[in-house]
Amino acid sequence: MGRITLENVTKRFGDVEVIPPLNLDIDDGEFVVFVGPSGCGKSTLLRLIAGLEDTSGGRILIDGQDATETPPAKRGLAMVFQSYALYPHMSVRKNIAFPMRMASVPQDEQDRRIEAAAKALNLTDYLDRKPGQLSGGQRQRVAIGRAIVREPSAFLFDEPLSNLDAALRVGMRLEISELHNRLKTTMVYVTHDQVEAMTMADKIVVLRAGHIEQVGSPMELYRAPKNLFVAGFIGSPKMNLLSGPAAAEYGAETIGIRPEHIGVSATTGTWQGRVGVSEHLGSDTFFYVEGTGLAETITVRAGGDIDLHHGDTVFLTPDTAQMHRFDAAGDRIAAPI
Amino acid sequence: MATRQTQSLARLMRAPAIILLLIWMVVPLGMTLYYSFLNYNLLNPAVTSWAGWFNYQYFVTDPAFMAAIVNTLVLVLGVLAITVIGGIAIALLIDKPIWGQGIVRILIISPFFVMPPVAALIWKNMIMHPSYGVFADIARFLGLQPVDWFAQYPLTSIVIIVAWQWLPFATLILLTALQSLDGEQMEAAEMDGAGSVSRFIHLTLPHMARAITVVILIQTIFLLGIYAEILVTTNGGPGNASTNLTYLIYRAARLNFDIGGAAAGGIIAVILANLVAIFLMRAVGKNLD
Ligand SMILES: Nc1ncnc2c1ncn2[C@@H]1O[C@H](COP(=O)(O)OP(=O)(O)O)[C@@H](O)[C@H]1O
Ligand SMILES: [Mg+2]
Repeated sequence: MGRITLENVTKRFGDVEVIPPLNLDIDDGEFVVFVGPSGCGKSTLLRLIAGLEDTSGGRILIDGQDATETPPAKRGLAMVFQSYALYPHMSVRKNIAFPMRMASVPQDEQDRRIEAAAKALNLTDYLDRKPGQLSGGQRQRVAIGRAIVREPSAFLFDEPLSNLDAALRVGMRLEISELHNRLKTTMVYVTHDQVEAMTMADKIVVLRAGHIEQVGSPMELYRAPKNLFVAGFIGSPKMNLLSGPAAAEYGAETIGIRPEHIGVSATTGTWQGRVGVSEHLGSDTFFYVEGTGLAETITVRAGGDIDLHHGDTVFLTPDTAQMHRFDAAGDRIAAPI
Repeated sequence: MATRQTQSLARLMRAPAIILLLIWMVVPLGMTLYYSFLNYNLLNPAVTSWAGWFNYQYFVTDPAFMAAIVNTLVLVLGVLAITVIGGIAIALLIDKPIWGQGIVRILIISPFFVMPPVAALIWKNMIMHPSYGVFADIARFLGLQPVDWFAQYPLTSIVIIVAWQWLPFATLILLTALQSLDGEQMEAAEMDGAGSVSRFIHLTLPHMARAITVVILIQTIFLLGIYAEILVTTNGGPGNASTNLTYLIYRAARLNFDIGGAAAGGIIAVILANLVAIFLMRAVGKNLD
C-alpha cells in the first residue's frame, strides 16, 4: 500500500514561504510526476513527504495514518537522490544490502533480494565493484537497487536522470517505467523536464512557486491546460501563444495553438509569413515563421518530407478545434469556439 | 609532463632544489654517523680516538635506554589516542551550527599557536602545580588531596600537555574531512534506517579514514621528537620515568658532554623512526592513494 495524502502542507525557510498550503492525493500504485521550473519547490515537497524536512504546517498521511511527525526511516518510503548518494567505500553489494542490514533482514533473505535486484537492473557483474568504478547509468541503477530491496510502499525520485547523457536518459526512463509496471508500487517522481513527465506519468502535478497549477493525466494537460503557465510548460516544442488582435478575433486575451495544429500551405491560409530557421528531424520538421504581422514568431510542425526553405513564403491556418483560449487573468476559457 | 622533452626539462629544473636538499640532509647525517664512532667528550675535546661500536654498545646497554624506548612509545601512542578520539569528538561537536561558532572555533585552534615550552610552563606552574595550580584548587574544593602531577604521574602529565597542544591540529584536519561529507549520503542512510550511531560507524568513520591517517602520520613524526615539554617540566625524572629517546640523547650530549654517545643515540633514533615510518606506511598508508 502506498497512498499519500497532503493536507494543507506548508513549508517556510525562515520568512520565505516556499510551499504555500498545498493539498494533494496520491493513489496507491500511481506514478505521479512533479514537474515545474527550477526552484519551484519540487525537491522541497518531495523531501517533506520523505520526512527529510519538517513541515511548517499541515499534515502528511501515508495509508491514512498521520505521518507528519514520523521519522524518515519509519515511513516505509525509499528515495533515489539526484546525486545517487551511494556509499563510496562500500561495494555495490554492500550498498544494496545496507538498508536490509539496518533492518536486520536475515542473511539468506538479503542475498535473495540482492540477487533479484541485480538481475532486474543488470548489475550482476558489478556487485563487487565500488561505486567509483561504475558509469553514471550504473550508479543510478545501484541507487534504484538499494531502494527496491527495501520493498517500500512508495518510491521517491528526485531528478534521477538529470546527470545522465541524453541517450542514457531515454533508456533509464524506459527502465523506470518498466519497473513501475512490474512492481505496481506508488512512485513520486520529480523532474523539470516535461518530456519525462509526459512519457512516464499516470498523473502530472505542475508546480509553480510551490503552488499546484494543475493536476491531471498527461493527455488532460496536453488537451486542456488550465492556464497559460501549463499551456506554455507542457508540450515540445512549446505551444504558440498569441495575443493582440489575432486573439481578440477569437474573443480571448491570448490564444494558444500547438505547432502540430497548424496547417501549412503554399497558396492560401489565415496568416502569411516567411520561413525562418527550420529544424529537420527526419520524421518531423519544425520551422519558425516570421513576418506574419503577429508579434510572435510562430512554430509549426510539419512532416519530414516537406519542401520548404529559408525565406520561402508560407500560409498558415490554425485548426480552430484545437485552439486554446485564455482570458486576461491567463485562465482557460472553457467554452468551445 | 607527458613528452620525453618536458620530462628531462623538468628534471633539470628541479635538480638544484633536490641537490640542495640532499646536501642539507646528508651532511649532518654523515657527521653524526662519523662522530658516533669516535670517543669524543667535550670535557676533553683535544683527545679523540676511534671507538668502533663502543658508543652504540654503551648507549643500548644503558638501563635508561629500554625505559626511554617504552616511554617514547607510551608518549606517542597516548597522545595519538587522545588527539584522534578527542579530535573526532570535538570536530563532530563544532561541525553542527551553534551559537558563537566562529569564536568557539578560534578558541579551539588557539593552543596550537602557543610555543611548546610556554605551554609546558603554563601547565606546570598554573594548572598542574600541587599548591597553586588549578587542578589543586579543584581537588581542594572537592575536599581531596591535591595531586603532585609531575612527581606522581610524570609521563601521564606530559602526555596530557602534549595532547593539549596537538588536539587543535587533529580537530582541524578531521573537521575539514567531516565538512566534505556529502549531506545526501547522510540523508540516504537516514532513510535506509540507519540511526546516528550506525551512520557514524558506516559513513562518517570510513569517510574520515584518510584524514585520520594523515593525522597519525604527521603527529607520529613530531611526537617521536618531543623534548621541550620534558625539559621544562620533569627533566626526564623522577629517575627515568619521563625520559624519552630524544631526551636521553640530550642528556648524553649536554649533561655528560659525550658527543660520541649522543651521536650514536641519534643514529639509533633515526633508525627507529624509520622503522616506525615504514610500519605506519604499511599499516595505514594504504588509505592514501
Ligand atoms: N534549506 C533551505 N534553506 C532555505 N531555502 C531553501 C532551502 N532549500 C530550498 N530552499 C529554497 O526553496 C525553493 C525551492 O527549492 P527546491 O525545492 O530545491 O526547488 P526545485 O527542486 O523545484 O528546483 C528555492 O527557492 C530554494 O532557494
Ligand atoms: Mg530540486
